[in-house]
Amino acid sequence: MRTDAREGRRTPFANSCLFERTSMTRPTDGGTDTVRGDTVAAADAQNWPNLIFEKLREFDVRHVTYVPDAGHARLIELCQAEHDMEPTVLTTEEEGIGILAGAWLGGERGVLLMQSSGVGNCINTLSLAKVCGFPLLMIVTMRGEWGEANPWQVPMGQITADSLRLAGAIVYEVTQPEAAAPAVEAAARIVFNGGLMVAVLLSQRMLGTKLFKDCR
Amino acid sequence: MNKHNELARRSAIARILANRGDMLVVTGLGSPTYDCAAVGDHSLNFYLWGAMGSAVTVGLGLALAQPKRRVLVITGDGEMLMGLGGLATAAVKRPDNLAILVIDNEHYGETGMQPTHTGTAVDLAGVALACGFRQTATIREAGELGDAVRVLHAAKGPVLVVLKVSTARDPLVLPPWDGAFLKSRFRQALLGAHIA
Repeated sequence: MRTDAREGRRTPFANSCLFERTSMTRPTDGGTDTVRGDTVAAADAQNWPNLIFEKLREFDVRHVTYVPDAGHARLIELCQAEHDMEPTVLTTEEEGIGILAGAWLGGERGVLLMQSSGVGNCINTLSLAKVCGFPLLMIVTMRGEWGEANPWQVPMGQITADSLRLAGAIVYEVTQPEAAAPAVEAAARIVFNGGLMVAVLLSQRMLGTKLFKDCR
Repeated sequence: MNKHNELARRSAIARILANRGDMLVVTGLGSPTYDCAAVGDHSLNFYLWGAMGSAVTVGLGLALAQPKRRVLVITGDGEMLMGLGGLATAAVKRPDNLAILVIDNEHYGETGMQPTHTGTAVDLAGVALACGFRQTATIREAGELGDAVRVLHAAKGPVLVVLKVSTARDPLVLPPWDGAFLKSRFRQALLGAHIA
């Protein structure tokens, strides 16, 4: 298993015994999806990174800037495997705002993938996107929000959505996996049409929680 | 470091930008932005007036999106120190069209000339080289400017040149600071008039 130096950012997510898909995702007795059958919804629940990836492709998103994160691991792998995409690993999340501004100046679109802790790193740099009207699509995996085991993640997780709103971003909070790709689609449309900032927050209710169990 | 630097920043930058051709220029906030405006406003200059620490990353994104155009980032020592991680990220992406010029007066000029780390300990060219830049240099003499021009215009990137300059203050020359205007003007000049 590849391990990033930063605590809590191990990959690949799918096989990690550090994370458990708890029962927080959705009720097992159905009833929340009146349009499609539960089988389809359940498949979407597992497949949400692929569906987000398809939306990114539809919107011609090329630059994928990120600090590695377990919740984004599958999406990052898909983007790395796509030869038309330009993935860039960041040392800190605000670098992504600069890179995406530069890419837009050069005529190309991008996305910033990060964990909620990274939102705090971004605050002043968000002024670049805000004041210039650069499109800024952010997909944020939450920590410290629901079911968190590590109290050090809680202070930033609890102010992530409000901080983004105060900085001028539109915030879509997603708690159900089947709502993730539609939220990214809605965000991308207004981001790239309007030169706005939108953050899609993916809740721990759909991501599961890190339980700090030893893998060995 | 700790030497008396006599190089004049404006004339040095004027020489570096003299034959810029179709070069794309990104400037870091503070004096480098004023210096580039003093040399002459240009629609292919994108001036940062804030977002301190972002000059290199904006240049990196531009270089990746426009691989056939030379991208020159012109920033100061204080701005560069706030975004050192960007040098690591740029070195890993390794765009061969990216050049960075640090105008290093070893002081924070915007806030009252307090000393920066570059006056006592930190060697920015050394940092960039250690990160993996292909070529870096520190220039102190006017006689070395020809080499700086050659590296910044033509050497395979990413490259970084530190220009150790005098602390003399030049008259303020302010370029436009409407960010939306600067963005759209740059995109139209680069991508065509139909681009918003």
